[in-house]
Amino acid sequence: MKITDEMIDYISQLARLELSGEEREKGKEEIGKIIDYMDTLNTLDTTDIEAMSHAFPVKNVFREDVVKPSVDRDIITLNAPQKKEGCFKVPKTVD
Amino acid sequence: MELTSLSALELGKKIKSGEVGVVEATKASLENIEKYDSTYNCYVTVCKEEALKRAEEVQKLISDDTLTSPLAGVPVGVKDNMCTKGIQTSCGSKMLSNFKPTYTSTAVQKLEDAGAVILGKLNMDEFAMGSTSETSFFGATKNPWNIDRVPGGSSGGSAAAVAAEEAFCTLGSDTGGSIRQPAAFCGVTGLKPTYGAVSRYGLVAYASSLDQIGPMGKNVEDVAEVFSTIMGHDPKDSTSVKQDAKKFVLDNNIKGMKIGIPTNYFRKGLDPEVKESILASAKVLEGMGAVVEEFEMPALDYAIPAYYIIACAEASSNLSRYDGIKYGYSAENFDGLVDLYFKSRSEGFGEEVKRRCLIGAFVLSSGYYDAYYKKALQVKAVIKKSFDDAFEKYDVILTPTAPTTALKMGENLSDPLKMYLGDIYTVSVNLAGLPGLVVPCGFDKEGLPIGMQLIGKPFGEDTLLNAGFAFQSTTDYHTKKPVLKSGKEA
Amino acid sequence: MEFETVMGLEVHVELSTKTKIFCSCTTEFGGDPNTHVCEVCTGMPGTLPVLNEQVVEYAIRTGLATNCEITQYNKFDRKNYFYPDLPKAYQVSQLYLPICRNGHIDIEVNGVKKSIGIHEIHMEEDAGKLIHDPWDDCTLVDYNRCGVPLLEIVSEPDFRSGEEVIAYLTKLKQILQYIDVSDCKMEQGSMRADVNLSVRPFGQDEYGTRTEMKNINSFKAIARAIEGERARQIELITEGKKVVQETRRWDDNKGSSFAMRSKENAQDYRYFPEPDLVPIEISDEWIERVRKSLPELPTEKKERYMKEYKLPEYDVDIITGTKALVKIFEEANAVCNNPKEVSNWIMVEVLRLASETNTDPDDISFDPKNLGVLINLVKNGVVNRNTAKEEVLAKMFSDNVEPEQYIKDNNLQMVSDDSLVRDIVTSVIAANPNSIEQYKEGNEKVVKFLMGQSMKQLKGKANPAVVTKVLEEELAKL
Repeated sequence: MKITDEMIDYISQLARLELSGEEREKGKEEIGKIIDYMDTLNTLDTTDIEAMSHAFPVKNVFREDVVKPSVDRDIITLNAPQKKEGCFKVPKTVD
Repeated sequence: MELTSLSALELGKKIKSGEVGVVEATKASLENIEKYDSTYNCYVTVCKEEALKRAEEVQKLISDDTLTSPLAGVPVGVKDNMCTKGIQTSCGSKMLSNFKPTYTSTAVQKLEDAGAVILGKLNMDEFAMGSTSETSFFGATKNPWNIDRVPGGSSGGSAAAVAAEEAFCTLGSDTGGSIRQPAAFCGVTGLKPTYGAVSRYGLVAYASSLDQIGPMGKNVEDVAEVFSTIMGHDPKDSTSVKQDAKKFVLDNNIKGMKIGIPTNYFRKGLDPEVKESILASAKVLEGMGAVVEEFEMPALDYAIPAYYIIACAEASSNLSRYDGIKYGYSAENFDGLVDLYFKSRSEGFGEEVKRRCLIGAFVLSSGYYDAYYKKALQVKAVIKKSFDDAFEKYDVILTPTAPTTALKMGENLSDPLKMYLGDIYTVSVNLAGLPGLVVPCGFDKEGLPIGMQLIGKPFGEDTLLNAGFAFQSTTDYHTKKPVLKSGKEA
Repeated sequence: MEFETVMGLEVHVELSTKTKIFCSCTTEFGGDPNTHVCEVCTGMPGTLPVLNEQVVEYAIRTGLATNCEITQYNKFDRKNYFYPDLPKAYQVSQLYLPICRNGHIDIEVNGVKKSIGIHEIHMEEDAGKLIHDPWDDCTLVDYNRCGVPLLEIVSEPDFRSGEEVIAYLTKLKQILQYIDVSDCKMEQGSMRADVNLSVRPFGQDEYGTRTEMKNINSFKAIARAIEGERARQIELITEGKKVVQETRRWDDNKGSSFAMRSKENAQDYRYFPEPDLVPIEISDEWIERVRKSLPELPTEKKERYMKEYKLPEYDVDIITGTKALVKIFEEANAVCNNPKEVSNWIMVEVLRLASETNTDPDDISFDPKNLGVLINLVKNGVVNRNTAKEEVLAKMFSDNVEPEQYIKDNNLQMVSDDSLVRDIVTSVIAANPNSIEQYKEGNEKVVKFLMGQSMKQLKGKANPAVVTKVLEEELAKL
């Protein structure tokens, strides 16, 4: 599949990745080649085959509704690049 | 004989008997790290102070019989994608180069509870994406058998550390072959357990439906012991299977064990020396009473594309949380929130990670989901079914681990697709959630190790371990050691 | 041209579980920022979700109460998007196999009955809260609400008027409160509605282009938002312009909606099955057990009250409309077995106190049994009806006092003792010779005055019937 400029821009927007001009050109070519290879799956007929997201039929794994102590917020925000008053700090977000 | 040449269990015995002290063993490992790691770059972080302190504590607990595990006092290394409280867990990425988790992963905790002493965190391909350990932000790990060769990946640091005797055994993780392929390249033993056998809680996710933590060591007995220590149900991981940890009593009697060899794995692309070595190994097993049979498994040919679709899709979602806000790398110069996202991610991730995030976004994007992601999940079902069918007839499936022996540094970096194709023998095992054991089975002309892969039924690790144990009881490939070079010599 | 409005609703309700959907942090409202969080709900690397069983139980309950089919094999999916309130950059939700489908809720508007279809109900996790910090001109992120379990209840596009929407929301809220799955407090955000709205000329089959309005947080605001958006779309169409499919925010203060930035509109959520959670299989037995545990629902209850207690429809509507009032009614009635009296006390006195004190009926805090006790005390002549209303109930309402004890402590018992009353009455007669003169001259009005004086002396606690009787006897003696 030919990866067009629009496609590479669209997926890099979705992935929140900024590509340099060179990365973008290289990405188009490489990803195109990889997608082409992925297209070989089309030679296998999978009509009527159920998509399998879990390899084993494990089901109904639950937890009881019992409160456990939360983690101290100084610990939770320990790795935060920017914090203030126990909160993660981000650039002004228009909501 | 040097202390560091012992296997983990041999050392454990000597510690238990009082012949060797835990601090002494820990120091011996740290000395090897000091001597050799500037050459091989196995470790991202060495926890010298913590390890020595822990060694003293563990010694006390062993002396008063509180700790009785065969691994008590054994110095080990952990791949740098398993969270360790207060200790940097980088995933080999600039993105997490300053990240100190606030909790410890279940598998590591179990190892620590057994009395193992954590020496440090092992190098890997960035976010476990790669087959060479060259994509690490902390530089490439080198193969102890030949420093111009890659150790394999992504658990290259975990494999090389065992080979270079910088740890008695290690934990790696395997999403598409990341334990098995480096084990083969470095001439060590590695087990990728059944999906769900070991808790993933605390393992920084690459592809959640495929990731699995497993042990790497000098022989099958060490690997079995570590596996038995880290396995078992974890209420924190919904996909961890409700089974108790069990001890493996290894038995080298494999009389009547049915071993299948998928012939389509032995055609084009497989290095003749590797092929010869694997087939010779099959003869060894046959000689011990196993029944070896060839069969066809055509569905395996679809494993790589299906694997890369699923792995990239899950990765693109799992790695979206790295946005410069809660932890990890955060861009310094940016204009507003959206720009902070773009800059932090673009500056924090390396090339391969970005590529997989882009592919993942593509295969899940509107209009392409059915053609790629859903199709891959259907192919996964086909592959699972063909393994189920094969295991109706066979106890174990024997295959190569990789098409070649260890590649030259840089050889595959330039061509991602070529690198992906190198995963041909390993990814189907992850798609089907099966256990896979790699044991050294030979050397090529250049003296590089070759490993064979034994694939088992779900939760059939005991059969695999017995087969591997039987093989190692009549062969000595696993006892061969590379000539190690200190920093100066290299 | 006459236009018809077509609307569908997406209602989010926070479930009243004790813990979050995927971790054991409390769901309690309030708390300092980031004090109800852990590694799991803040999406720290390596963490994994484990599903709270109660969430599934509540979802089944809701599905059954809204006539849905339960999807016996259902799964979670990831909805991927970047926003600071979503720490994993994906929301765990259900797209492909939601837990409930094909239900309906019956409503009535101006006497016309209508069934509103429910397309699906799915389970998902709530996001955190963004707080604007004016000092630094930045945004602070609080993850306390992150991971609180939500049900999203998606209706069919069956609404044709704002009244229908309000009737549906009212009914939905009643049902959810009855079955104890949510407190549905819009002001705390535990019930939120998004409205999808389009207009089309009457008689046209195809739908017009729809817009989605988010962030509407009261019934009144919803009614205004619908009116505003309907007018905006009709104006666009009559001017020959096009309605753009977009998400809009309703600003209730300004009384107008505005489009969200186009970047936020261009969403491609890349849903895929959540690999960290396993499928949920709901057995027939599980469904039957939940069905049997369901309480009487609003419609059934209303019919029963009218039939069994012969109460007026208007009163029954009000009482059964709010679970808190039902609780007061049923518990008070269990004590005094006097449904008419209880209904009257609720309709007149309790609701008056609630409105005077600006109290939401859900927040009324007195023990409902005590209303039954109070009604019995009035009936048995222990306390005067006025005192009971003005003093005792008011005090129950404000401080949840025990009526019997309060009456005793404050000496509010009704005086029915003839001799005490007679003493007071004779003293009043003696103190008012002028009035007695007028009485003798045939002025009957003074009887009322004397009655009032006597009551005053008795501090309002006397049984008026007794006072009247004694006064009449004494006057007759004159």
